[in-house]
Amino acid sequence: MTIGTQAFAFVRELVRAESAIVLETGKEYLVESRLVPLARAAGHPDVDAYVADLSKRRTPAALKQVVEALTTNETSWFRDSDPFTALRQSVFPALAKTRSNRTIRIWAGACSSGQEPYSIVMTALDTPELAGWRVEVVATDLSDEMLDRARKGEYSQLEVNRGLPATTMVRHFERSGLSWRINQSIRDRVEFRHLNLTRPLPPMGRFDVVFLRNVLIYFDLPTKRDVLKRVRQVMAPDGHLFLGAAEMTMGVDDAWERVPAGRSSVYRIREEQRTCVP
Amino acid sequence: MRAVIVDDSRAMRRIVGRILGDAGYEISEAGDGLEALAVLEGLESPPELACVDWNMPVMDGLTFITEVRKRPEWRSITLMMVTTESEQDRIVRALAAGAHEYLIKPFTGEAMLEKLDLLGLLPTSTGV
Repeated sequence: MTIGTQAFAFVRELVRAESAIVLETGKEYLVESRLVPLARAAGHPDVDAYVADLSKRRTPAALKQVVEALTTNETSWFRDSDPFTALRQSVFPALAKTRSNRTIRIWAGACSSGQEPYSIVMTALDTPELAGWRVEVVATDLSDEMLDRARKGEYSQLEVNRGLPATTMVRHFERSGLSWRINQSIRDRVEFRHLNLTRPLPPMGRFDVVFLRNVLIYFDLPTKRDVLKRVRQVMAPDGHLFLGAAEMTMGVDDAWERVPAGRSSVYRIREEQRTCVP
Repeated sequence: MRAVIVDDSRAMRRIVGRILGDAGYEISEAGDGLEALAVLEGLESPPELACVDWNMPVMDGLTFITEVRKRPEWRSITLMMVTTESEQDRIVRALAAGAHEYLIKPFTGEAMLEKLDLLGLLPTSTGV
């Protein structure tokens, strides 16, 4: 699925006019991936149909949304902060009471350039209940390019400005030329692997926590259902799943229930479904 | 919520002022640390936030932060250094002097709002 030439040209002109940012040829993938959630939300089967409709109607609010989707760029550290607060204050302490092997395994299912898995490790280090515990994070992504970036753990000035508390930055990062590199001790706790969520999962072991935020929005309903089912197969029966704020399992895979966790919420496998997990 | 923007660049005061204004802040401005101390003294009650440039004439941002932290009546002010100074030891010095956060120029409006969110100082909160 790639965006058509005409749709790309329309979006490029719109973004250039509104933000002065030029989307070079070759950025079709970026445009496609950023606009898929908007297209789905507007009830269109694909981005081309969405853009065709947009170029006809030219609703100012919709045009603005498109520009914003393409110009808000880097991933943040501790993105949306609430899930990380929930991890530190409720999820990790609860797991600390029930895991006798003093090990917690976490899967970050669409890790992009690595901010999310590294934020998870930093959060674990800030959780007193996990002092001396082994915390393993498996971070996966579809893009090898992103995985390479993530493995390096090197970020530009603009990227470290995004949501990273200054105290955390001086504690866990080192200046490396013009960029900042996350410390080896944190990099060592994350294993990066290539993975396509729409295919059956390779052997990965069992996870206590799964982060799958802002991923399901890119999929159609049957794919969403498959992905959630696969997550159940690799998650501990009493595990915790984090989705994006705009995502939910309701009407997709009813084996899950939504449970409040601080200001955020987390999804858990329903009690009666737990035995069904192979 | 109220904020004091301390920067010798008028353009920078305007940019920061607009970001904070859009987020619901009432803004006061000062062109250097000494002027900012006078602004604070002139206010009936301390503002919630001060965004402070490092390099300024007359009194620099680090000295300003040190002066503010000496005054118990200003203890409630959250101090955010907003500067081009990006060396690690600079950040450590600012934090040691009493800065609560540190934002490196250039930055996007979103980055500033995320810092405010971290500090619990985003009036129109959530969903940044």
